[in-house]
Amino acid sequence: MNADSWSPYILSLVTFAPLAGALLLVLFPRRDRDIRIFALVISLLTFVLSLHLPVYFHRAQAGFQYDVNQKWISSPNIHYHMGVDGISLWLVLLTTFLTPLCVLISWKSIHDRVKEFFIILLILETALIGVFTSLDLFLFYFFWEATLIPMALLIGMYGHERKVYAAVKFFLYTMIASVFMLVAILWLYAQTGSFDFVIIRDQIASGALPNFSAAAQWLFLGFFIAFAVKVPLFPFHTWLPDAHVEAPTAGSVLLAGVLLKMGTYGMLRFNLGLFPEAARRNAPWIMVLALIGIIYGALVAMVQPNMKKLIAYSSISHLGFVVLGIFSFTQAGLNGAMFVMLAHGVSTGALFMLAGILHERRHTYEISEFGGLASTIPIFAASFLFIVLASGGLPLLNGFIGEFLVLSGAFQANAWYGVLGATGVIWSACYLLWMYQRVFYGKVTHEVNNSLADLSGSEKLAVWPCAAAALVMGVAPILWLGAIDPAVQAALSPFAQVVSKVVGQ
Amino acid sequence: MIPAPTVPAALLQAIPQTEDYIRILPELVLSAFGIVIMLLEPLLDEEKSQKLLGFIALLGALAGIAATWVMSGSPGLAFSRMVKVDSFSVFFHVLVIAIAAIIILISYEYMAVQRIRAGEYYALILFGTVGMALMSSAVELVLIFIALEISSISSYILAGFRRHEASSSESSLKYFLLGSFATAFFLYGVALMFGATGSTNIDIISQKLQAGPVPLLVYVAVAFMFVGLGFKVAAAPFHIWTPDVYEGAPAPIVGFMSTAPKAAAFAVLLRVVFTINAPGRFWLVWVSAALSMTLGNAGALLQTNIKRLLAYSSIAHAGYLLVAFAMITPEDSANGVSAAMFYTAAYAAMNVGAFAVVSHFANAGERYVTLEDYEGLGRTSPLLAAALTIFLLSLIGIPMTGGFFAKFYVFSAALKANLVWLALIGFMNSAVGAYYYLRIIVMMYMRESRRDVPVTPIPWGLGLALAISVVATLYLGILPNRVLQFTRQSAQEVVQQRVSSPSEATGAVRAPF
Repeated sequence: MNADSWSPYILSLVTFAPLAGALLLVLFPRRDRDIRIFALVISLLTFVLSLHLPVYFHRAQAGFQYDVNQKWISSPNIHYHMGVDGISLWLVLLTTFLTPLCVLISWKSIHDRVKEFFIILLILETALIGVFTSLDLFLFYFFWEATLIPMALLIGMYGHERKVYAAVKFFLYTMIASVFMLVAILWLYAQTGSFDFVIIRDQIASGALPNFSAAAQWLFLGFFIAFAVKVPLFPFHTWLPDAHVEAPTAGSVLLAGVLLKMGTYGMLRFNLGLFPEAARRNAPWIMVLALIGIIYGALVAMVQPNMKKLIAYSSISHLGFVVLGIFSFTQAGLNGAMFVMLAHGVSTGALFMLAGILHERRHTYEISEFGGLASTIPIFAASFLFIVLASGGLPLLNGFIGEFLVLSGAFQANAWYGVLGATGVIWSACYLLWMYQRVFYGKVTHEVNNSLADLSGSEKLAVWPCAAAALVMGVAPILWLGAIDPAVQAALSPFAQVVSKVVGQ
Repeated sequence: MIPAPTVPAALLQAIPQTEDYIRILPELVLSAFGIVIMLLEPLLDEEKSQKLLGFIALLGALAGIAATWVMSGSPGLAFSRMVKVDSFSVFFHVLVIAIAAIIILISYEYMAVQRIRAGEYYALILFGTVGMALMSSAVELVLIFIALEISSISSYILAGFRRHEASSSESSLKYFLLGSFATAFFLYGVALMFGATGSTNIDIISQKLQAGPVPLLVYVAVAFMFVGLGFKVAAAPFHIWTPDVYEGAPAPIVGFMSTAPKAAAFAVLLRVVFTINAPGRFWLVWVSAALSMTLGNAGALLQTNIKRLLAYSSIAHAGYLLVAFAMITPEDSANGVSAAMFYTAAYAAMNVGAFAVVSHFANAGERYVTLEDYEGLGRTSPLLAAALTIFLLSLIGIPMTGGFFAKFYVFSAALKANLVWLALIGFMNSAVGAYYYLRIIVMMYMRESRRDVPVTPIPWGLGLALAISVVATLYLGILPNRVLQFTRQSAQEVVQQRVSSPSEATGAVRAPF
């Protein structure tokens, strides 16, 4: 079969392959080894399938590709409408890339209720991919909510001491916030008679909706609150450290790597796509919140005694960059925001894996429990350093490109935003390197640390692909930006006049 | 042969014809099976008869569904315009009888474990079903009252079937006393309506109200009828009985009481409210809806007994359902009726399923009904836990389950009718509700069992009941199209009644020969 004949099915295949795998797993006998191998095969298969997307993607083209649009429910008018553009394409890839690594990192660390774990993980993958591929607001909302349950179960069933508290807090926070989005979606449906993103966008843009201008601000906020909690934007961030600290490693990786991006993706797709006017009006305070998030997240990360909490707060800081870039309404800013999303997914995912590996050996995340590890587990230490540098924004690695683009976009919008945002880069170097120094340099302070095992085979297989990706992304960002750029340009087209106004200030 | 023409035409019409009987065929079939069970019971050996009687009852329910299919072939009025067969009544017939069938499947094991030996248990379920089915097709207020009583009296007895438990007798007595009080209100309302309009036929009342000014008495009558029906559906402020009665009654019967009579009472409420186009219903309904949602959810937050928790949850769900009643214009009403019908079906699927799990897990003497007993169920019985999780997610209203579309249709109908604030109260309440349903899931999966709770293997009857409920819950959540189309069509019929002229509405009068 040639590539074109696959095109209408490939998105559905990629989205539902993990779910099909999960259903097959239900039938499996409880032989843990077989289950692990099967889960790995399914997630790898999904990854290979998803590689079809960038390979046959028409990069110069801005609209949605590989789209399918089938009637699903006639009343209300819900369609099974899926498609990807240069923005969602990479987020799908990020998900399918991280899931097999999650399977590998859980290979030994999960030994209780193994079957349930991998079933939940695969269901989560389907839901995550669905969020990025669906173009029908209803379908989107469905997948959005569907990510909640498996994630809460991962935290609550396989987490650490305060797992139940963290799981419930995570669930309620995001669930209550998304109710506002549902109201906004229903309002849009009542006015337009459609859930289709493209149709609604065009109707709004053409000014055909009579009541729209009065409601736009509320609709914008309805969507925004749901996304802001997910990102999480300061001051909605309090669920995140708890969820991360309690989650099992694979949960943390997907939570930081992909789940948080659902929020920023939503802002980019829906807040900017549907309500450009309102987005422009609200941009100042949102950018201020993003800046607070960048600086506050970094400062709190600095003083964390707990390694995992430190990485969690660093996520708040990094995601602040994404929001800052999105609401700068500049080509560079949006490109950068997209790139930070991907880079953060890869490097923070790897950081969580490495922290998880340490936890597995010592059952603690306390930084003070370690020290001098560079001499006892050198391969681990080298991998950790590489990822830390990538995350901290060393040129030629992935973190740098995105942050640079975001900051240059922020400067165009307002010089102060750029200056304040740039301090975040400095902070991130501080807290990451300081943490690295305390954990790996100096003398071995605790006797147990002398006998730690270095990276095992499956752990290398999980961590090194991330390192490789970080390097490639840093050296050849054009591979990604080539597809991102036209999509961002299209997303910015309603802002053409707006941008000139902002720049003119 | 005696010449017929001397008999007046009106009298001839009063003589039931074959079609009249076909239009109440499900009721006849169910009654016949109930009577057969009553007759067989004393003749059979008490030890061994239980399975057989249960099987006959199941057969009866299935025959009832088949009879409904026959009935649906001849729509129209019967018995001097007292009974009406339309797609609305067919829908509720199927729903109520299907619930009864599943409850019978659940009761199979329950009766054996609880050592309750009584053939009349099954007979009473069938008789109760007759009343509920009749409620959905009756278009005459007095007949509605009689049907309501048939269904209520069997539920009063069924609630007290755990004879050795004081709580069960308490439950039965409480239900009986308060229930009779409430039905008296309904009857009073009917009487007042008759006084105000000179008729107890819904169609005629509707015509009268459309023709002239609405007397004050009608408002009072509608309010009184609402009190009676509000009690049956456990809507606030008439909900106080619910937790106590649900706690004491046998678990399968609670599953029955919380779905089938509720669906039937909602059917009556829909007919009365929308066909009569009851004046002043708007305030009445929205106050009750907002109160039920809020009180139900707030009450459920504090419960430690799963039956009480589900009781409060059923109050809350009655509130969501009532939101669909607050529509005013005909187009909105059609949306509302259709949303409410869909809701009753989805709620039935998930709630019956939840009670199937509860009644199996409760074990002998209903010992294990606290939330703590459910700790670690995800490990001890993954299947039971997974099924209960699906029902609870549906009760929360998570997409892909029937509960989501149920809420979705109700709230979007409210939004369409510009009742934004009522919808908002509903949304807020669903968020609160998520917390206590989630608590059960948390108990099952995220905590280890501290007490030694035995989990017996799932027998085939219960397994079948669970499978049907799970499939129905997911079917309504993934492919709601067909059911929705049916409810829409029925809703149009119910609502159009009051717009169209009376002769069309009542159907052609049958020729004598």
